Amino acid sequence: RGSSARSEAKSGRTDLIFLIRFRHCCLLRNQRCLLAYLYDRLLRIRALRWEYGSVLPNAIQFHMSAEEVEWFNRYKKSLATYMRSVGGEEGLDLTQDIKPPKSLYIEVRCLRDYGEFEIDDGTTILLKKNSQHFLPRWKCEQLIRQGVLEHILS
Amino acid sequence: MAEAYFPVAPGLGLEENFLSLDDILMSQEKLPGRAESALPRLAFALVQGAGTGDAIPEGSKLEIPLWLAKGLHDSKRRIISVELPKIYKEAWRTVFSADANVVDLHKMGPYYYGFGSQLLNFDNPENPDIAQTILQTFISRFRRIMDSSQNAYNEDTSALVARLDELERALFQAGQKGLNDFQCWEKGQASQITASSLVQNYGKRKFTDLDG
Repeated sequence: RGSSARSEAKSGRTDLIFLIRFRHCCLLRNQRCLLAYLYDRLLRIRALRWEYGSVLPNAIQFHMSAEEVEWFNRYKKSLATYMRSVGGEEGLDLTQDIKPPKSLYIEVRCLRDYGEFEIDDGTTILLKKNSQHFLPRWKCEQLIRQGVLEHILS
Repeated sequence: MAEAYFPVAPGLGLEENFLSLDDILMSQEKLPGRAESALPRLAFALVQGAGTGDAIPEGSKLEIPLWLAKGLHDSKRRIISVELPKIYKEAWRTVFSADANVVDLHKMGPYYYGFGSQLLNFDNPENPDIAQTILQTFISRFRRIMDSSQNAYNEDTSALVARLDELERALFQAGQKGLNDFQCWEKGQASQITASSLVQNYGKRKFTDLDG
C-alpha cells in the first residue's frame, strides 16, 4: 500500500500525500514502541548486575538476546574497571555493603539446599535448607541477594 | 530489582520523553477530531467496520490517538483538526476550580496532567486557561495526596488511590516508599540485607526447572 501510494503521488495524485504521512506516523510510532521496550530491558539487565551479581542464572540468560548478553558483559567490564580504579590499590567493590553494615559477622539461615561453601580460613560449611550459621558478612552478601540465604537480625 | 532499576520517567510540560513507557501509554489516549478534507483510503484505520480502500468523507468526526493527532496536525489544518476532550473544556474547568478534590481523575482518562500538558501543543485559544486549570487542580489536590501517603502505613490503600490519576499515583507511591523506608530504619532493619526482588519474582514463576 505504501509504495503504490508513493508512486501514485509522484505521478500527480497529491491527495495521497496524506496517506503517506499517515503511514509515516505509524512507522515512527512502532519504532518508538520498539526502542522504548528494548531500552527498558537494558535498564532491567543493568539493575541485575547490582541486585543479583555478575553471574546471571541460566533462567534469565535464556530469555536474553545475544546482543543483550554482550551488553551485560561489557557493562560488567566497565564497572569492574571503574571499581579497580577507585579506593587505592585493591579497588573498591561498590556492589557490596549497599546497606550500611552494623557488624562483621551476621546470622544467616539457609533457604534451600546449596551445597558446600568455603570461607576464608579454609573451612567448608554445608549449606542445607533451614541450617543456621554465623558467617562473615562479605561472604554471604551475594548469596542473600540471590535468595539462597536469609539474613536474620538478632 | 526495585532499587537499581530506574525506568524512564514521563516528560514534564510540552515535551514527551521518547523512551518513557508512561508517555507512550499516555499518548495512546484518544481525542476528538474532524477530517478537514476527504481522506482517501484511510477509512480502514480510523473508522470501524470500513473496508480497505474506503475514503473518509470530509467533515467526519473521528477519535484519534494523541500520537497520530500530533503527527497529522499542522497549523493550517489541512488534514485533521482536533478538539479538546470535554474534561478540558470550559464546563469541566469550572467544576475543577470549584472543588478539585472530588473529581475522579482516574476515570477521566488516567493521564489528566500528562495528556492535558500535551494538548497545549495544538494552538488553541483556550490554552492559557487549560494550563491554569491543570496547575490549580494539582495544587489543590496535592496536600491530600501528600498527607495520606505519609500516614497510611501497612494498610490497604486502594481506596486512597482509586481516584488519582497516574501522576498522582506515582507521587503517592514515592511518599509510601519514604514512609516505609523510614519505618524500616526505625525498626533497625535498615542494615538487613534482603534478596533481590527479581529473584523472588522468578521463584514464583517456576523458572527453577530451567536452572542449571
